[in-house]
Amino acid sequence: MTFVKKAAYAVGLPLALIALWWALSHNTTNFYVPTPDELLTAFVDTWIGERFRIDVLPSLARFAVGTGLAIVLGIAAGVWIGSVRTVRSLLEPMLEFFRAIPPPVLVPILILIIGANDRMKVMVIVVGAVWPVLLNTIEGVRSVDSVLLDTARTYGLRGATRLRTVILPSAAPQIAAGVRQSLAIGLILMVISEMFASSSGLGFTIVLFQRSFAIPEMWSGIVLLGLIGVAVSVLFQLCERRILHWYYGQKEVQHGR
Amino acid sequence: MTPTSSAPPSTGTAPPPSRSRRRGTAVPSGLLGAAGIAGFLVTWELVVRSGLVEPQYLPAASTVLAELASIATTAAFWEAVGWTLRTWAIGLAVSGAAAIVLGLVIGSSRFLRRATHSTVEFLRPIPSVALIPLAVLLYGTSMQATLLLVVYAAFWQVLIQVLYGVGDVDPVADDTARSYGLGWTARVRYLVWPSALPYVMTGVRLGAAVALILTITGELVIGGGGVGTQIALAKSGGAVPEMYALVVTTGLIGVAINLLVRAVEGRALRWHVSVRREAVA
Amino acid sequence: MAGNSATVASDAHQGTDAPVTLSVRGLQKIYSSDTGDVEAVRDLTFDLRQGELVCLVGPSGCGKTTLLRCIAGLLDPTSGTVELDGTKVTAPPKKMAVVFQEYGRSLFAWMTVRQNVELPLKNAGMGKAERKAAVEKALHAVGLDHAAGSYPWQLSGGMQQRVAIARAVAYEPEVLLMDEPFAAVDAQTRADLEDLIRTVWKELGVTILFVTHDIDESVYLGERVLVLSNSPTIVQEDLTIDLPAERDQLTTRSMPRFTELRAHVYEQIQKAKRGTGATA
Repeated sequence: MTFVKKAAYAVGLPLALIALWWALSHNTTNFYVPTPDELLTAFVDTWIGERFRIDVLPSLARFAVGTGLAIVLGIAAGVWIGSVRTVRSLLEPMLEFFRAIPPPVLVPILILIIGANDRMKVMVIVVGAVWPVLLNTIEGVRSVDSVLLDTARTYGLRGATRLRTVILPSAAPQIAAGVRQSLAIGLILMVISEMFASSSGLGFTIVLFQRSFAIPEMWSGIVLLGLIGVAVSVLFQLCERRILHWYYGQKEVQHGR
Repeated sequence: MTPTSSAPPSTGTAPPPSRSRRRGTAVPSGLLGAAGIAGFLVTWELVVRSGLVEPQYLPAASTVLAELASIATTAAFWEAVGWTLRTWAIGLAVSGAAAIVLGLVIGSSRFLRRATHSTVEFLRPIPSVALIPLAVLLYGTSMQATLLLVVYAAFWQVLIQVLYGVGDVDPVADDTARSYGLGWTARVRYLVWPSALPYVMTGVRLGAAVALILTITGELVIGGGGVGTQIALAKSGGAVPEMYALVVTTGLIGVAINLLVRAVEGRALRWHVSVRREAVA
Repeated sequence: MAGNSATVASDAHQGTDAPVTLSVRGLQKIYSSDTGDVEAVRDLTFDLRQGELVCLVGPSGCGKTTLLRCIAGLLDPTSGTVELDGTKVTAPPKKMAVVFQEYGRSLFAWMTVRQNVELPLKNAGMGKAERKAAVEKALHAVGLDHAAGSYPWQLSGGMQQRVAIARAVAYEPEVLLMDEPFAAVDAQTRADLEDLIRTVWKELGVTILFVTHDIDESVYLGERVLVLSNSPTIVQEDLTIDLPAERDQLTTRSMPRFTELRAHVYEQIQKAKRGTGATA
């Protein structure tokens, strides 16, 4: 497909939808829905400038730290649990239970234990976002191909070398899927933790707008969150495609596409 | 008679799979699992009783479990659980149905897939909690407000998997079907749907989990009813053991839902021999 | 109970005076399953002398893979011993390499061909320059010089198996075990690979134990063919292949002696299948 065609596909539907939105909202004064230009103005006014530094950056920082920690913890613990059968069997029911707890309910608990501060917000993200990575890592490590393991054994690959050159790469696609889900949950928790007992941050600000009926500003906040979500997703995919280029190459060959 | 060039198959027995080189009997995993649960509860109890953590912040296991047993006898508790389950079920059903239909339609057309790709990839990562203010604005603190979140979040989970499933239809099978003159509806019914079913089930599984998370989240933040709201009430009322008991309840609900979905998945895919793997990314 | 060394032709091929590299004595493997114990392998006893190319052939399900895994140290036998250069094998020995049938699952998809071949050498602590030379030599030996930078999944099945062979060759083992390595490859490629094995074998002087279900292949390749019985398996016959040392697909396979040997092995397999080949 030519670049022009690709671009056309990419912006076609979005442009059509925006045009539709503009047409519908243009003449009526709907309380709930601002016009596109109103939204754009509100967006620029609200988020470009001081507020970006005070509210947005700290939120993103907490998200990055929390999710980063969750990923590292999840992979480390997942490798251990996935490798040792006894540990896995011991922990499996408990893990099944804990992963089923919707992460946002941890916010009240952690506020209780830690207090309503930055540490709590990061902890919420860590405790909530660790599960997809952890469980996917366990599964990935557990299901390394048996022929691969035999090969490693016959060539004397053991311990850290085996982990680095065989187990982790083999489990990488599965771990990546877990990381993706962790990022999504981390973002949700970042917002939730700020909607609760907080006086700053993205989540707090958006709720504030809603409560004071600053509708275009509220929408602009939603759009910003959406943009952040997309940015995180795009960044992730870029990294993933690079690290797992061999995996996607292999799949392409297998599917003959 | 010329001999064939490979050894003819015999009636020899193939060895049963032997995974362990150890000849000793390994402890069965069920036993270990139960031991794990017991160990956790004991540790929890000891951590609190020994004074490591203040009981006003983290009540002992026994306290929480006793509280759970107690509130499980109240009507209010079951009303809340019912509310949560209703919200979850409605949200999953609506989003699931919409996603399956849309997924089948979009997935079957190369043009539609290409045209909607950018929009899907943009809308999909938007955290549904961003819609909380909007939901409150539109629906106040009712079930619909929470449903908005649930439907939005679960829809994408199911849609993505359905699109993968439709896209994964074996082209050879598709050509075969076409060459036998099967029209679109017939192909969907006999080829596309069964091929995509494992993915649809995966989507339902993921969607079910996400739906519960958003249900509880909505109840917690927006209010209106359900276990999430009870948790918020318990917290503001300072009823700490009750709060923990309710959190345990959400976990139990989650486990029950996981088991239910897995059972449905198992039955629906009983005939499916292939390894069912979640579509990565 | 032990296999009897029988040859069809009149002139017996004298065993060499080379030392015994691999010694299998009374190998037995019993699997315990839910439905009871299964004796897959009852009593396998044979020797491999240094530099020999011995083929192992038998009916399906006769425990060829079990035997290979026990010899490779991947599986503990229930009783009996496997000795490599006099040392008992309890874990995969350093001087042994294995080429598996499923090349796709044995090569690392995240590494290039060169990296795949290099990995065991790196792990063994070989220096960088030395490794580079060894890898290049091995890839040249299997005819894959040009594919060093490719990924395994970019190559055809036959080429992938060559990579696995190159990896084993670069490792310079004393004993090379091959578990039906050409079963998953098309017939033309198989012929090329068979010749490749013989070439590599002669150049390196490595001892090879080659497991196959293909009777023609076993006779074409081997200096000796061990015919296994049905399960519970024993060595039904230890047949010496007195074909000339220089072999090629066209002439060797059309020799009358080849046909005789092949027919003999086929009869043995038929006996094994019927359970009448095993003595006692």
